[in-house]
Amino acid sequence: MLDVYKIREDFPILGKKVNNTDLIYFDNAATSQTPNQVIDVISDYYKQYNSNIHRGLHSLSADATNKYENSRTLIKNHFGASHEHEIIFTSGTTHGINIISSGLEKLISSKDELIVSEMEHHSNIVPWQMLCEKTGSKLKVIPINDDGTLNMDEYKSLLTPAVKFVFINHVSNTLGIVNPVKEIIDLAHKNNSKVLIDGAQGAAHFKINLKELDVDYYVASAHKLCGPTGVGFLYGKSELLNSLPPYQGGGEMISTVTFNKTEYADLPHKFEAGTPNIAGVIGFGAAIEYMNSIGFDNIEVYEKELLDYATENLKKIENIIIYGDVDDKISVISFNVGNHHPSDIGSILDQYGVAVRTGQHCTQPIMDHFNIPGTVRASFSFYNTKSEIDLFIDALKKASKMLG
Amino acid sequence: MQSIQQIQDQIIEEFDFFQDWSEKYQYLIDLGKNLPEFNDSNRVDSNLIKGCQSKVWLNSSFDNNIVIFEADSDAIISKGIISLLIRVFSGHTPDEIIAANIDFIEKIGLNSHLSQTRANGLLSMIKQIKIYALAYQAKN
Ligand SMILES: Cc1ncc(COP(=O)(O)O)c(C=O)c1O
Repeated sequence: MLDVYKIREDFPILGKKVNNTDLIYFDNAATSQTPNQVIDVISDYYKQYNSNIHRGLHSLSADATNKYENSRTLIKNHFGASHEHEIIFTSGTTHGINIISSGLEKLISSKDELIVSEMEHHSNIVPWQMLCEKTGSKLKVIPINDDGTLNMDEYKSLLTPAVKFVFINHVSNTLGIVNPVKEIIDLAHKNNSKVLIDGAQGAAHFKINLKELDVDYYVASAHKLCGPTGVGFLYGKSELLNSLPPYQGGGEMISTVTFNKTEYADLPHKFEAGTPNIAGVIGFGAAIEYMNSIGFDNIEVYEKELLDYATENLKKIENIIIYGDVDDKISVISFNVGNHHPSDIGSILDQYGVAVRTGQHCTQPIMDHFNIPGTVRASFSFYNTKSEIDLFIDALKKASKMLG
Repeated sequence: MQSIQQIQDQIIEEFDFFQDWSEKYQYLIDLGKNLPEFNDSNRVDSNLIKGCQSKVWLNSSFDNNIVIFEADSDAIISKGIISLLIRVFSGHTPDEIIAANIDFIEKIGLNSHLSQTRANGLLSMIKQIKIYALAYQAKN
């Protein structure tokens, strides 16, 4: 069991007041909050051993390099990758996807097809549209069912021999639905297609084993799992990463440079050109350690309890519509109340100190599917409480009444 | 006819009566509900204002050196804010509109109650109103 009130003491921001009331932070799917254990590690880096990595022979640099590489090991172990060099540090999910999409420019031709789904974040749509524009390849879309789940029958029929790649999110950031990624990957592999999973939302809520999933590429962001912003990782199977050209040229990613020919460095450095976000990477490692100290099993059980409690009570509100109300989901609830515009509800909730996200959540195709301008999205984390949910629902009822 | 400044001062005075944010919001919501019906034929993409989370349409007409604005939104609080803007700007000459210094939003304390996205949307609306006025001024 997890002691939420003790955990809350780790997060200084949770004591903050907004609009003269206590902050209730339910926008965790956008960015999660940062515990002292991570903040301290980042500030420690700048106070104690700020220096460039892999370059200096001096002690500070050695210290920074060790801690940076230790994060790679922590992440490799946590996500069950086979080797450290399969973990590439990025600035986040979007960056990871762009490394792959630009790497594929020379490897994809006009005869090839790519698959995405209707529920993807724009980050997992636009780079592939750009790739298709450059290569003449075709983008096919798996539709969603009216309950928000992926239409797996359609997926199977879209999976033709021309399909080289499948790009799917592990968990929908708008609906919270957990996709059957193992089945998606196995079907793709039988078809000789590779799979990239956008794990921005998945990585934060349950334990993932990349080896067991047998996924080809996996991307995630630290800021969704109690880590700092502007850092994330790209996982790729060694042989695949080796087959891709580097993304950016620069220092750190080469082994020899002459004006005749430059040799690229081995993985992972080939994809880590320039001075990286050293403090961010070290903070990312600390975040993984922090979440493991709480325990992903505990997190999963507790967040499910919050989800069920909130769903049950939200359903008592007149005219509420919840999108993606299925069993297999994380603690994200997207909804509308009657015909009220989500931004009206969001603005009033904000006055009550409740931070939710409103709008399209970078998933316009989902909004088009349901023919709505947007939704209100409340997303809970393991540091939220049932009493916060009570206050949120109370505020929502008042908002709905005000809007009439 | 009151000047733009006089109308703004009147709005500021009205908002002074409200005790807290919820009364201000309720007032905006009521204004939004009472905004005159928008002509369906004007609900076109070329009248959409970019930069708002909700959809906002703004249409203008020009007659006798006077600019008339009408607007609509799919969000009610936006409609309430639009209603105030129309009250301030509509029925004035292009010169008056261009010269107007808009201070009522800050003075009624709306700024601190608007999210950044809403505040940006509001700025876009005012900008668009002034662009219409500039176009009519050039025509004259
Ligand atoms: C499913 C999904 N994909 C991609 C992203 C983009 O992540 P980032 O902005 O950290 O690159 C997000 C974050 O909002 C997301 O939820």
